[in-house]
Amino acid sequence: MSAFPLWLRRTWPLAAIALVLALLACVFAWAAGWIGTQRLTAQRFTNAIEANNGKVYPGYRRAHGKGVCVTGRFTSSGAAAALSRASLLAPGAVTPVLGRLSIAGADPHAPDAMARVRSMALQLTGMDGQQWRTAMNSFPFFVVATPQGFYDQAVASRPDPATGKPDPAKMAELLRKHPEIAKFQQWAKTAPWSNSWANTQFNGVNAFRFIDAAGHVSFVRWSMRPQLPFAAMDPAQRKDAEADYLTDDLSARLARGPLRWDMVVTVAAAADPIDDPSQPWPQNRRQVVAGTLELDASHPQSTGACRDINYDPTVLPDGITLSDDPVLAARAAVYSQSYNRREDEIARGLAPEATGRESAR
Amino acid sequence: MSTDTHFNLLARVLHWTMAAMILAMLFIGVGMVASVSLRPVLIDLHRPLGIAIGLLALVRLGNRLRHRPPPLPADLPRWQMLGAHASHWLLYGLMIAMPLLGWATLSAGGYPVTLWPGAVLPPIAPHGPQAYALLHGAHVLLAFALFATVLGHLGAALFHAWIRRDGVFSSMVHGPRRTSGE
Repeated sequence: MSAFPLWLRRTWPLAAIALVLALLACVFAWAAGWIGTQRLTAQRFTNAIEANNGKVYPGYRRAHGKGVCVTGRFTSSGAAAALSRASLLAPGAVTPVLGRLSIAGADPHAPDAMARVRSMALQLTGMDGQQWRTAMNSFPFFVVATPQGFYDQAVASRPDPATGKPDPAKMAELLRKHPEIAKFQQWAKTAPWSNSWANTQFNGVNAFRFIDAAGHVSFVRWSMRPQLPFAAMDPAQRKDAEADYLTDDLSARLARGPLRWDMVVTVAAAADPIDDPSQPWPQNRRQVVAGTLELDASHPQSTGACRDINYDPTVLPDGITLSDDPVLAARAAVYSQSYNRREDEIARGLAPEATGRESAR
Repeated sequence: MSTDTHFNLLARVLHWTMAAMILAMLFIGVGMVASVSLRPVLIDLHRPLGIAIGLLALVRLGNRLRHRPPPLPADLPRWQMLGAHASHWLLYGLMIAMPLLGWATLSAGGYPVTLWPGAVLPPIAPHGPQAYALLHGAHVLLAFALFATVLGHLGAALFHAWIRRDGVFSSMVHGPRRTSGE
C-alpha cells in the first residue's frame, strides 16, 4: 500500500463508495425503465395507445372510453364449485355486481353502433371483501398472441397525418410479424353485428386457473352468454343509429326488466393453448354454466360508481389465479397506468366533462 | 458489561433484515409499475412485504426507544451528527408511513388490499379520485425520498467503515467483543 501516493490512498475508498451508490441508482433507474434499452414498459405502452387515439380525453379510460355503469348481481349455480373453491362460485351464492358496458376506442362521443367491439367489465365483491374483476369483449379470441403484438399493432395502425389512414406498408409488415391478426380481421369483417349490448356474448379470452378445494388446477376461459337471442344490425341501420344508440337501448330494456347472461366456463383439454388468447379452443370442450348475471340498472359513467374502478382482470378471489397468458399481465400494467392518469386528471379538476360537471358538446 | 458501544442484538437483526426487505421493496415497487410482464408477481410480493416492513418497523421503534443506541464519535463534525440523527428519524418515519400510504392508496383506488389469496385487509381511506391521486402521488414521491435516504445512509455507513474507521459501522455489524482493536 505504501507504494501508492497518499492522495490515492485517501481517494480510493471515496471512489468505491461513489461506485456502490451509483451502481444502486443505475439498477433502480433501469428497473424503472428510465435508462437502458427502450424496452416496452407500461408507460410507453400507454403512451402509444394515447398517441394512437390522436388525443387524450381527460378523465376517460385510454381505451374503451365510452361506456355506461351497470349494477346487479351474480347468482352462482354451483356447477363450477367442483372446479374452483372461490366462494363466489359456491352453490346459491349471490354476489353484488358493479359493472360497465362499453365500446372499443377512446373517443367518449364515438357513435355506439359503429363500434365493432363491445365490452362488458364486471366487479364481483364477496362478503369477505374478496373481489373478482373481469373485462370481456364481443370478439371470440384476442387479436394478437402477445403484448408486443398489441403494441406493434397500436404503432402500425396509427393514422398517417397525410391520409388519415394507417400506412398500408406498415400494416403489411405488422401482419407478416403477427400473422394471427389476419384471423381477427376476418372475424371483424364477417361476424354479424348485434343490435344491443343485451344480446351480445362477451368473452374473457384469456385463460385462468380454477383451483378446487383439494388444490387441483383446471385451465378455463369464461364467457357471458346472453339469455336474449342474438339480433343482427345491418350496415344501413348502424349508419342511421343515434350516437348513444346502445346506451339508450340499454335504458329502455332495463326499464322493462332485468337483463341476464349465463356465465359459461369452458374447461381446456390437455393440449389446448392456455398462454395464447388469439387461439380459440375447439367448440366441443366441456362447458359448465357457473351462474347467472342479472343487471337491473344503469347509470351514466360520469357520475356512476364504475368510473373510479379499474377493471383489472388480474384481481381475483381465492380459487382463481392467472394463467401464463402474457396478455393478462400487460393488461394489468396498462390499465393501471390508464387508471392513474385519469384519476389524476379528475382530482386536478381537468376532467369536467368526464365527471359530469360540463355537458357533452 | 455495557452494550453502549454497539446496537443490541434485536436492533442488529432487525436492521439487516429490514435493509434487505426495504431495498427489495424499492426495486419491486419501481419495477412493478413499469413491467408489462412481471406486475402480477411483483404486486403479490409488494403488498405482504410492505405490511411486514411496517410491523417490523413498529417493533424496531419500540426497541429503539427502550435501548439507547451507541453514541456517535465525539469528534464527528456537527453537521454530520445532525445529518445522522435526522436521516435515522426520517427512515423510521418512512418505514412506518410507506406501508400505511400504500394500504391507503389501494383503499382510495377501490382495490382489494389482498395480502395472500383470501386474506383481504379492510380499506383505510375513502374510495375516490381526490384521495387516490393524493395518496398515490405521496406514495411515489416518498418512495423516491426513501430510496435517496437509503443511498445517503449507505454512503455514510461506508464512509464510517472505509474512511473514518471509527467503529460506527461495526456497532451495527456485531456485538461488543472482548478483543480490542475495534
